[in-house]
Amino acid sequence: MGLGRRLYRGEIDVDFVGKWKLWYSLSGFLLIISLAGLLINGLNLGVEFRGGTVFTFKSEQASVEQVRQTVLDGGVHQAIVQSAGTNGWRVTTESLPENTREQLQSQIAQDYKTPVGQVSVQAIGPSWGGEVSQKAWIGLAVFMVAIILYLSMAFEPKMALAAIVALIHDLVITAGIYAWSGFEVTPATLLGFLTILGYSLYDAVVVFDMIKEVTAKLGHTSKQTYSMAANNALNHTLIRSLNTSLVAILPVAAILFIGTTLLGAGTLKDLSLALFVGMIVGTYSSLCVATPLLVTLKEREPKYQAIARRLASTGGGKGSKSAAVAKG
Amino acid sequence: MLLALILALGGTMLLQKAFTPKLGLDLAGGTTVTLSPVTLNNAAPPEEILDRAVNIIRERVNGTGISDAEVAKSGDNIIISIPGVGQSEAIALVATTAELRFRQVLAMEPTQVPQQLATNAPTPSGSGSPNAPASPQPSDSASPAASQSAGVPKPSTSPTGKALSSALTAPSPATSPSEAPSATQNGQQQNGQQQGDQQQGQQDGKKGQDAKASPTASPSGQPSEPPAQDPNTGINTEGIDPTVLAQYNKLDCADPKNRGQGVQDDPNKQYAACETDGSYKYVLDVAKVVGTDIDTASAGVQQGTTEWVVQLDFKSKGAGEWSKLTTAAYNSPEPRNKVAVVLDGVVITAPNIISPIPGGRAEITGGFDQISATNLADQLKYGALPLKFNRSSVDTVSSTLGQDQLQGGLIAGLIGLLLVVVYCMLYYRGLGIVAVLSLVVATILTYTAVVVLGHNAGFRLSLPHIIGLVVSIGITADSFIVYFERIRDEMKEGRRSLRAAVEVAWVRARRTILIADAVMFIAAIVLYFLAVGGVAGFAFAMGLTTLIDIVVVFLFTKPFIALLARMKFFAKGHPLSGLDAERMSESGSTGRTTTPQEA
Repeated sequence: MGLGRRLYRGEIDVDFVGKWKLWYSLSGFLLIISLAGLLINGLNLGVEFRGGTVFTFKSEQASVEQVRQTVLDGGVHQAIVQSAGTNGWRVTTESLPENTREQLQSQIAQDYKTPVGQVSVQAIGPSWGGEVSQKAWIGLAVFMVAIILYLSMAFEPKMALAAIVALIHDLVITAGIYAWSGFEVTPATLLGFLTILGYSLYDAVVVFDMIKEVTAKLGHTSKQTYSMAANNALNHTLIRSLNTSLVAILPVAAILFIGTTLLGAGTLKDLSLALFVGMIVGTYSSLCVATPLLVTLKEREPKYQAIARRLASTGGGKGSKSAAVAKG
Repeated sequence: MLLALILALGGTMLLQKAFTPKLGLDLAGGTTVTLSPVTLNNAAPPEEILDRAVNIIRERVNGTGISDAEVAKSGDNIIISIPGVGQSEAIALVATTAELRFRQVLAMEPTQVPQQLATNAPTPSGSGSPNAPASPQPSDSASPAASQSAGVPKPSTSPTGKALSSALTAPSPATSPSEAPSATQNGQQQNGQQQGDQQQGQQDGKKGQDAKASPTASPSGQPSEPPAQDPNTGINTEGIDPTVLAQYNKLDCADPKNRGQGVQDDPNKQYAACETDGSYKYVLDVAKVVGTDIDTASAGVQQGTTEWVVQLDFKSKGAGEWSKLTTAAYNSPEPRNKVAVVLDGVVITAPNIISPIPGGRAEITGGFDQISATNLADQLKYGALPLKFNRSSVDTVSSTLGQDQLQGGLIAGLIGLLLVVVYCMLYYRGLGIVAVLSLVVATILTYTAVVVLGHNAGFRLSLPHIIGLVVSIGITADSFIVYFERIRDEMKEGRRSLRAAVEVAWVRARRTILIADAVMFIAAIVLYFLAVGGVAGFAFAMGLTTLIDIVVVFLFTKPFIALLARMKFFAKGHPLSGLDAERMSESGSTGRTTTPQEA
């Protein structure tokens, strides 16, 4: 039987929980790489965050594409081209050094047949300044606390903790991808991050709901350790996880594909990369990070330790391996 | 019920003739305004004051948080980008200084040539409706001074430039309406319609009387036995600074220039001012209560009426001052029993105080519509700008993103959705139809909701929103994937009929869906209220789609599946139904050739 058929029938049995060492090392590695990227390369922040330079001029024969090309040829990396009023143009670029600025000014004047004096150059501050970022961070912090409280009530504190760790894991790795790829971080990208935040938690919640249901039956006489039961639950929702991820990722993948191949630089590319990476990492982390972490936490509880000991001493079936591991 | 919802949204669209969503700055462009600070000797304003102005403007322009406007500093100037064209109202909202003062009236008189005002005054005076949706301010083109260069005060470009009279009342203390200490009615306006406004509310009897009495009383309101009288005008000059009196005598409120907002009045000096529509001029006492004494302000509908009011809560110091001020006015003869509300140097209302107002709350009523009330509340809440600004340029700008980005995004989104449809059909067969139809319903709901919100709440769709909506469709799809898998679980156990399985599975799936959606909701609510700018707008969209997800699953997917479960095609587990017992169960034949799509 092919993997697809086994998946379809729910006959699959992957030992997610037992392989926790593999997952922890993989995630640890990715986290280190990401943090290194953030520290070494930093994020390529857009004009909206850092401020930049604005060129304004008038020209009757110009198109957005032409102007953009002129500016990019002049050594600029980020350019937002807008028409402004009648025949007016407004180009926002990153902060430029003085010589580039002057060069570009005269280049624009030459290409669009206006006197150099008519091409005005001004510095512009960030539209997404410190205050905006600060409020976003406060919002995020409050959100995390609210989620921990909510999940602690709906599930239990350990699940809340595991879900939040998985969430931070996803965000750091996604940010790391941006650091290494040098993709521009714009407000749009940040919104992509927020989408991941929702998505990652959503996925973890669905998985945890199943784990909660399955492990609720565990008692003194049960034949399963917590880790075995959790692993079962995981396999049980595996089809759902994969289906959901696929359904959510398909449109994003299409956007990323078009954004990178057909359109080149732009919001679309910047945003869809965040979503694409974040969703894959989010699916991975709810299966391979959040759940093993939860199991590690739960197996420390006396109740589940007792079950694990009893099953280990009686050579308790195929789950003994993961039980032993989780104890260690 | 779902149908009713869709019809309601669709009906609103039809009524408002709005069929396309309002697009954000990145997709549709908008209006860019450059504000230059006006300072003495054109000196550069201190950096931190400019920063404070930027923050106040940002909060004002994003008052509801979903309009996707941008504010940036450029040298000493502030550049504001607002989505949409011709946003004179919004520009006025953000650029108005909004320096509020409460001053006791010392003297007043009607302007000599009120007829002339009708053409210039930005009043919808003929409309007879204070709720007229049309903004009562002059548009840029219509206003005589708007095209003039910096330095000239513009006529009433504030959203509060509604020249209908307003009234100050104590807020309706619901607990003890009988002792409602209140005050109202400035009867100085010609608009008879105002009479109605004043009679609403809980303090009816006395207030109504007073309201009727004052229009006649106040214009001629000169005390008959004044201790001191100006020989020319006959007004009571006691306690009036002679220089201010001279200014008052010269003041010609028929000239729009003199009732333009933007004048900085010194709160510690007496002041001569005009009413916004020019119908009256006043000598006003020093400002005993000022805008910074206000703790919060909000717009709302007065209890028991349909009238929009601005409710003020004073800080504790302000509350004391306010009580003293209203007491002093209450004990004074006409016209000194009035307290003028002065916004940026212009009297927007000057009601009679018919009893002292303790408790630190007040309402400004009269002549507001929803927009002007909300705007004034926002201006007061976020504080006055620390600087006065002139609009040095107003430009219509194109979208920041190329058209290619929008088109690319939409095409890609469509391709992605098609892939989702194909996948659902291959994987879930018959149930795939339910999935696809649910997605269609969700899409229709989302679209209509976005359109309606765009036209009624200023919600602007930007590219990140669109992408977010596309992603949220994935999350909507998840809800029924969870449900379908539960049904299949039940069927696999083989103990139940499809109809029973559908119900049992629903109970289990519902809990999962609700918990997961609650998480999304918390995210949306927290970020909407705490973050500003784009994040708040995005959070709003997130909350909206989560809501739609719940609506679709509860009101469409579940009933639809229950319906299908009665059909033979599904109940008997036809191979194409997606509920084929053989293909799902352990005992199924292994010889089937059709393999579901590899996941």
